[in-house]
Formats: sequence, structure tokens, C-alpha cells
Amino acid sequence: MTRKLVVVSAGLSQPSSTRLLADQLTAAAVKDNDFDVTVIELRDLAHDIANHLLTGFPPAALKEALDAVAGADGLIAVTPIFTASYSGLFKSFFDVVDKDALVDKPVLIAATAGTARHSLALEHALRPMFAYLRAVVVPTAVFAATDDWGADSSDGYLQSRITRAASELVAEVGRREPVTVVDPFALTVDFKDLL
Amino acid sequence: MQFGIFSVSDITTDPTNGQTPTEHERIKNIVTIAKHAEEVGLDVFALGEHHNEPFFSSSPTTTLGYIAAQTDKLLLSTATTLITTNDPVKIAEDYAMLQHLSGGRVDLMMGRGNTGPVYPWFGKDIRAGIPLAIENYALLHKLWREHVVDWSGKFRTPLQSFTSTPRPLDGIPPFVWHGSIRSPEIAEQAAFYGDGFFANHIFWPKEHTQRMIALYRERFAHYGHGDPDQAIVGLGGQVFMRKNSQDAVKEFRPYFDNAPVYGHGPSLEDFTSQTPLTVGSPEQVIERTLGFREYVGDYQRQLFLLDHAGLPLKTVLEQLDLLGEEVVPVLRKEFASLKPAHVPDAPTHASMLLKAQEVTA
Repeated sequence: MTRKLVVVSAGLSQPSSTRLLADQLTAAAVKDNDFDVTVIELRDLAHDIANHLLTGFPPAALKEALDAVAGADGLIAVTPIFTASYSGLFKSFFDVVDKDALVDKPVLIAATAGTARHSLALEHALRPMFAYLRAVVVPTAVFAATDDWGADSSDGYLQSRITRAASELVAEVGRREPVTVVDPFALTVDFKDLL
Repeated sequence: MQFGIFSVSDITTDPTNGQTPTEHERIKNIVTIAKHAEEVGLDVFALGEHHNEPFFSSSPTTTLGYIAAQTDKLLLSTATTLITTNDPVKIAEDYAMLQHLSGGRVDLMMGRGNTGPVYPWFGKDIRAGIPLAIENYALLHKLWREHVVDWSGKFRTPLQSFTSTPRPLDGIPPFVWHGSIRSPEIAEQAAFYGDGFFANHIFWPKEHTQRMIALYRERFAHYGHGDPDQAIVGLGGQVFMRKNSQDAVKEFRPYFDNAPVYGHGPSLEDFTSQTPLTVGSPEQVIERTLGFREYVGDYQRQLFLLDHAGLPLKTVLEQLDLLGEEVVPVLRKEFASLKPAHVPDAPTHASMLLKAQEVTA
């Protein structure tokens, strides 16, 4: 059965190493698996996200992205590390995701930065944020620094982490029933019970 | 179909000249605006209720009573009456009094209020917003319909042998609309009682309003009040007009860009395409407004927001002139020709009285 994998990438430049990492993680996850993949580039939604914060409703393109995240069986979330944490854009996106949308959802977290000194931002910033949202974050978080993309990075260390993290995500998705999203307009109670 | 305006009573600096009206000026202006609404042939004036700056309208029945004394036909309503933080006993008393003084020219729109800090000032908690709205309205509904009330609930002192006075005019409680931007429970509440449902229709895309109204209509029928298309629906709306649409856009833009709530956010063009806001010529407003019917069905009340974001009184009165002279006459005619006979008008005191007399006759 086809499962839905949504990939959120908060990279800003073009081409983006954050997107590169997201693509490698996605490729590892879909290998030998039947996944329908949706990639969300937050750069394209930056204005919509700010407008949602101000007006309280999502413009159409952002609504589509939020619905995709809510309906995903598995999520890959990748951010550049800015000033010791996830980027503001990445956080702002998850600030407008419904607080219950990620409950029990398998999530693979990953990040990029200039040097390996930022790697624990995944553990002190991203993992707690997704824990708050009650997502199931897989044990292996993947960090890639500029060194990992270098010409002499052929030892495969990053690649082995990507493979391990992706297989953990696939296993968690496989353990669960396909996600169904509750329609907010479909009331489940009779008004007499509310009285 | 009823047409009118609603005011949120904000006191906002005019971004084009930096001038801020005093509370006194703004309060006197709102009376002028309401009276002019009647002069240009509109049916309804609805006033908001707020208990925090920058709003002035903490005491709507005082203002509406004063307006009632200076108007003849205008139906006075609220947008909204805070059913959460007000004592339902006081709402029952105040609006029955207004009903008597205005000769039955009053209905109400219930709302919860979304300003967190206001709730504790009245001893309430915003997290209980829905249960408060449900319990308080149940009591209000009873107070207007039963002469002697014994009651106990979770949020208020119990009542024993209490009679709310004055009794509703002619024994007919004011018609009630329930307003909500995003809570299906409130659409359900309106449907349960067979009351009206009013969609804010300003801050959210039309698809959202469409689904809320569809839910209300379906549940209205479920509770046995009629067919879904006989439910009583009201819509908000926001317009700014000049004869020439480019002039409207140019003049309104600074007010839009600096407006409370959505200012400094989306562009005027984006907001116009994403929400029902229409900035342009009277013809464009007519066309857009007629289009509302296509996604909510035949509806009974259309209120426009005109006096906000620091727009000066003179401009608001000009907007009223355009609405009364060029827009509403066409809308009245067009909507009337489209509405099937089995779809009712919004209940008024006169229509409800007639119905009551027919039942007893």
C-alpha cells in the first residue's frame, strides 16, 4: 500500500545543502518502499507563513502544505542551523501547524551547518520541539556540515547515518495504520450532550 | 433580505495624517454613522462590544438606546454580544429593555470574544469559552421564555424564583444570531435552537465560510427547524468604494496596510483575492456580493464593515451614500429575484408577532 511521505526543507539558497540532505534522506526512505512523496520548500511559503501569523488564516498554498503535513504517514524535517538553533522560518512553519497534527507521527529530523560544532542543535532544539508536538522522532538524527559534502568525504559516514535514519523512519511508518485526518466540520457529538 | 453595517468600535489613528479621534469624537461619530445608515435606506446597524482599548463600545445598549431614540426604522443589533463574560441575566434585562424602548427594533448576535486578558477581568477563563457560551445562552434563552426561572449551572450563582424584567415586548424574545469565525460548535448551537448563524466573512477565505454555513444548514434541518435552505444565514463583508476602482484602491491602501488585525501582513491585492474584501467600484461590490450567494445559498442578512482602521467620518458617510444609493438597491432587486418563495426572510419583531398571533388564533 502506498504511504504518504512529506519532506519539509527550510533551506534558503539555491542550490541548497539542506535540500540536498533532504533529497538524500528521501531517496534512502523510498528505496524499496512504496511512498508517495511531497516536498515542501519553506522558502516558497515564507510570506504566507508570516501572513498566517498576522491574519490567523493560511493562504491557499500554505493551507495545502499544512494539510499535507497533517495527512502524512511519515515526515522528514530538515533545517539549516542558524544562531545555535533551527532557522526562524522552520520554527514559524511548525508554529502554524495544528498542535495535534503531528501526534504519533514518525519524524526524521536533520540539519545542515557550516561545521560539526552545531550538530547537537538537533538534540537540544529540534528533538524537544517535536517531542512537544508529540511526534515520534526516530533515534538517528542526521547532521551534515560542509565537510560532509567535501571531495574527501568518501568514507561514507554521512551516508551510513542517512541509511540508518531512513530505515528507522520506514520501520515506524510500517508499524502504524495509514493516517486519517479528522474533519473539523464533522461534529461527533449531539448538541444535547454539550448542554 | 436585510442590508446594514456593523462596527467594531475601534479607535485607530488615521495613517494618512496621524490624527486619532478622541473617545468622545468617535462615540459621537458612531451615532452620526448609524443615523446616516437609516437615511440612506439601510436596514440594520450592529455594534460590537469590547472591554479593552482601543475600542470604545463597552456598553452597547446605552449607545443603541440613544440611536433608537433618533431613528424610526433602523433595526439595532450587536456584533457581537459577549455571551461568555457577560451575565446572561443582565443580557436578558438590558436587551428586553432596549426592545421595549425601540419598539421591537432589536436583535442580537452572540459571540465569545477572543481577547484572552478580558476573560479574567470578569472572573472567567477563555479556555472555557465554548462551555460558557453554551451554558450562558441556555439560561438567556430560558429567561426570555419562562416567567419564573429556577436554574443552576456551573458558571453562575443559581437562580430561585427569578423573573427577568422587563418581559420581552409582546412576549416575543429578540431574534438571536450566533456568530463564530471558526468554531463548529457554535454553528451547531445556532442550528439546535433554530436561531440565525452569522459568519464573520472578513478574516477567512470563502471556502471556510462555505463549510461553516453548510454545517449550520445541515444541522438546522437535523433539529427539525425546516429544510437546510430555510436556515437563517447572515454574512459580514468589507468594502471600500469609489466611482473609479483605481481611486478606491489608492485611497484605501494606507488604511489597509496599517489596519489592526491584518495590517503589515498580506498585500491588499492578496487579501482581496483570499477573502471577501472588495475594494473598487460600486459595480464591483455588487458583483462580488451577489457571488456570496453562490457558496452559502440564499441568505437573509448582509452587513458591511465600513468604519474602521482610522477612516475619517466624512469618508465613512460617503461610503454609506454609495452603499445606499448605488449598491443596496441593485442587490435588493437581484437577491429578491433569485430567492425561491420557500426561503424565509430573517425574523423581525413584527414577523414573529404575526406568527405568534396566527398560532393562537
